[in-house]
Amino acid sequence: MFNSSLRQLGAALRAKKISSVELTQLYLDRIAQLNPQLNTFITVNPEMSLAQARAADERLANGDASDLAGIPIAQKDIFCAKGWLTTCGSKMLHNFVSPYDAHVIARFNDAGAVNLGKTNMDEFAMGSSNETSHYGAVNNPWDQTRVPGGSSGGSAAAVAARLCAAATGTDTGGSIRQPAALCGISGLKPTYGVVSRYGMIAFASSLDQAGPMARSAEDLALLLNVMAGFDERDSTSLQREKEDYARDLNKPLNGLRIGLPKEFFAEGLSCDVAQAVEAAIAEYRKLGATVVEISLPNSKLSVPVYYVLAPAEASSNLSRFDGVRYGYRAPEYGDLADMYEKSRAQGFGAEVKRRIMIGAYVLSHGYYDAYYLQAQKIRRLIAQDFTEAFRQCDVIMGPTSPSTAFKLGEKGDDPVQMYLSDIYTIAVNLAGLPGMSIPCGFGANNMPVGLQIIGNYFGEARMLNAAHQYQLATDWHSRAPQVL
Amino acid sequence: MSLTNADVRKVARLARLAMSATEIETARAQLSGIFDLIAEMQAVDTTGIEPMSHAQDVSQRLREDAVTETNQRELFQSIAPQVEAGLYLVPQVIE
Repeated sequence: MFNSSLRQLGAALRAKKISSVELTQLYLDRIAQLNPQLNTFITVNPEMSLAQARAADERLANGDASDLAGIPIAQKDIFCAKGWLTTCGSKMLHNFVSPYDAHVIARFNDAGAVNLGKTNMDEFAMGSSNETSHYGAVNNPWDQTRVPGGSSGGSAAAVAARLCAAATGTDTGGSIRQPAALCGISGLKPTYGVVSRYGMIAFASSLDQAGPMARSAEDLALLLNVMAGFDERDSTSLQREKEDYARDLNKPLNGLRIGLPKEFFAEGLSCDVAQAVEAAIAEYRKLGATVVEISLPNSKLSVPVYYVLAPAEASSNLSRFDGVRYGYRAPEYGDLADMYEKSRAQGFGAEVKRRIMIGAYVLSHGYYDAYYLQAQKIRRLIAQDFTEAFRQCDVIMGPTSPSTAFKLGEKGDDPVQMYLSDIYTIAVNLAGLPGMSIPCGFGANNMPVGLQIIGNYFGEARMLNAAHQYQLATDWHSRAPQVL
Repeated sequence: MSLTNADVRKVARLARLAMSATEIETARAQLSGIFDLIAEMQAVDTTGIEPMSHAQDVSQRLREDAVTETNQRELFQSIAPQVEAGLYLVPQVIE
């Protein structure tokens, strides 16, 4: 049951081979057994999950045929869910029981899915290892001395360890794709604007995008069908025709043009990752694809540009946490400014404070043109590189991350080293393009390697097609860690 | 780029973050490293390039100026640190 695809689970539920209550209980038992060692969930609430499962069983009894009805999905703790503790990985929100549902949560509820719990994450999604969480690090189920990646590290590890049927994540600079790669699962960041950000706690609003994390491309397509769609409560939500993201899964890949950016295979890429990615490209050639070398000359600037723009937006977004309306308030303070300063100093962790300070600095008087404006201009150059590249190819492929999962604590003292682990993913967010990661083998120490697939704007169905065809021809995505 | 402790103190004040002298010193070293990384941007010639503030070139959507939300004051205030008579309480700001 734990290795079944979403389609198989849906069929079993509709055929009454198992009830949603039974399935949810199976997962809750597995979480109770394994979460103490993996720390993938911040909150589980069996009572609320089982109540949803009972309601789903009623819907199923009445002939509900929606793909996800009765299926337990883990939600990243960045999504506000009514009645659920929603911490965003921070002490600042240690007591925040959300009074409302994020759009993504509402879509899953409407589809009859069961909220299985809230997954661990880097604090306010700022991190690439899940080590900045106030609720402790997550251990990678493939090797518990290693990180799962971040910021959606809890979701990635939970999917890999079979603690949920699927999960959600968010991706501002690689936070779905990098942990998916490091945990050996599949994850998709859609085109900016495809999934509503309403009720998704904001980090960098011009880059944040929610997406699905699962064990296969087919599962991702079914999840994205539920998550995507216009929402008037997000001013950047795009009004588009409804799409079936699974429509092209079974198309052959004959004639697919794959662009390989030479900058993604240069210095800084580990040999083991390069080998696995090159083997995947060879497999794609066998499946009928052609390969062309492309160049993204400005992509090397994506890390510095990102570390101006994302902190600038974060410093603005996180100003709402002031100890007045919700969240943490310092126990002792003098005047109002002192209350703000102490509540924020005690409520935020070190990485979050660092980024707020970078943001406040680059936006401050006298520095705006040199940092923020210059970063926005280079952002356009980075986006134009992709536009140019997509004249020659249909999808772009390369590594998701320069190395496999690193050891817990290994990059703890050096923020810059940590930031560079997102070197291949950040440019995609800056351009607003869709990107995904799928498992493509194992590197040193038998740790999973991820293949990144980047699509043109609204190219999700095409990317999922490419990923699914690869997963029909290989079995990397069905390998599971031995966690027991 | 090397920041001074005074720079860090100023930024901490702007960001409303209380910081001890030791924290200022640690932050100074780490932020300087990050600004060295960011400095790579400065060499790029961006003359004539339009800044890109957003991933999609779409204009701001407008809606009817009509009330759409219902009053949920009690629910929202149930999670506030300190409220009284429907008001959020903070230290006195006006004598």
